[in-house]
Amino acid sequence: MRIQVHPILEFKKGKKISFTYDGITVEGYEGEPIAAALHAAGVRVLSHSRNFKRPRGFWCAIGNCSSCNMRVNGIPNVRTCVEPLQDGMTVETQQGRGVIGGVPGE
Amino acid sequence: MNKAEILVIGSGPAGLKASLSAADQGAGVTLVERDPFLGGQLVKQTHMFFGSKEQYASERGFKIAEKLTAAAEEHPGVRVLKGAAALGYYDDNVVTLELKGRVLPVSYDAMIMATGAQENTLMFPNCDLPGIYGAGAVQTLMNVYGVLPGKRVAMLGAGNIGVIVSYQLLQAGVEVPAIIEAAPEIGAYHVHASKVRRMGVPIYTSQTVVSAHGSDALEKIIMVELDDSWQPVPDTVRELDVDVLCIAVGLTPLTEILFQAGCEIAYIPELGGHVPRRSAVMETSVANIYIAGDVSGIEEASAAMVEGTIAGLTAAFNLGYGRDSYEQKIAAANLELDALRKGPTGEKIRTGLQNLKKTGEVRQ
Repeated sequence: MRIQVHPILEFKKGKKISFTYDGITVEGYEGEPIAAALHAAGVRVLSHSRNFKRPRGFWCAIGNCSSCNMRVNGIPNVRTCVEPLQDGMTVETQQGRGVIGGVPGE
Repeated sequence: MNKAEILVIGSGPAGLKASLSAADQGAGVTLVERDPFLGGQLVKQTHMFFGSKEQYASERGFKIAEKLTAAAEEHPGVRVLKGAAALGYYDDNVVTLELKGRVLPVSYDAMIMATGAQENTLMFPNCDLPGIYGAGAVQTLMNVYGVLPGKRVAMLGAGNIGVIVSYQLLQAGVEVPAIIEAAPEIGAYHVHASKVRRMGVPIYTSQTVVSAHGSDALEKIIMVELDDSWQPVPDTVRELDVDVLCIAVGLTPLTEILFQAGCEIAYIPELGGHVPRRSAVMETSVANIYIAGDVSGIEEASAAMVEGTIAGLTAAFNLGYGRDSYEQKIAAANLELDALRKGPTGEKIRTGLQNLKKTGEVRQ
């Protein structure tokens, strides 16, 4: 859900683009954080806790807490609350700690 | 290696003012910001500021951010690096930045840390459910990106952030069924609190959230009344259906790089926890490292701007700039700070600063 009218603010949006979230095509605005576009599309679960697989969502919005880490264009642990959205991005829910340079995390 | 005469980390109200005041004195400033825009938390503040003309009273926060951002970007003495996160401190006055996927070491003659703070969280069963967000995070989502956090949002915490964000939720068309405050009194300025109350939002004092429920995301919270010793009162439990709970229970200074640099740190609860020890003109215990804004103690943006001015003037002075005007400008800034910190709302910060001072003189 996006704000349609606001009494004080005007939102300067980038151009409308599309990306995929777990294989589904989703629309968003270029340059906004990936997590903002997902939230606007109704996606609230972004990751899962390591041991108990509890659902985790948006939390700090400043790239500090790791609750929003996802796989973006194949790169794991991308902080989607601060990573700008680009046309054609592949965003996926991450399983485990991810693999960087062929080396899986513990 | 990249060289900065004065390196300013963070471009919120403190960092912007520090950059401008140092550059106005003739020093060369490099201003580093991890976001793709300048202004820090000012960019999402839709309310008007208090204070005096010097701190932009009666202007909305995001308008102040626009003014200061333009001033910094147009100032010939300020080089702005956006999208650059400070990673760590190294010996011999070097800080590394991450810029466009690369690591960039920068050496400095003086550094002003204006990194701000991060939101505190609160522990209760299921406090990690999606839908439970920091109040500042919700403010970013809503006021910077125009995305609604949910349909029915409860606020935990009736300090300034909790009450102001509640008002902003109403502005965005979101229902706010409750502001919940564990303390017996509302912490926010009464002008803000009475505004949300007039708009029909109840503020429940001496109450808290004991648990959250939902399958994949938040569906309801359980609230309880608290007695004089902050213990739950039996038979006062009630449920509230909400899809978002905002947590506004204070902030913690972002001091990691100052710890790394070996700055002496003191634990002062009134200032938000661990804060660097510092002189009256914002010098830390490590030579050539200065601080300003929330990293030096949690306070309002108006005070952060004045602290930024003091840190910028002092860093420039110690490098030989603005020798003639320094004393006069510092005296004026100190008068502004005294005015901002007077009265009952300034009591916490005054106590915190006194307690910090009791830890002894800061020697560089």
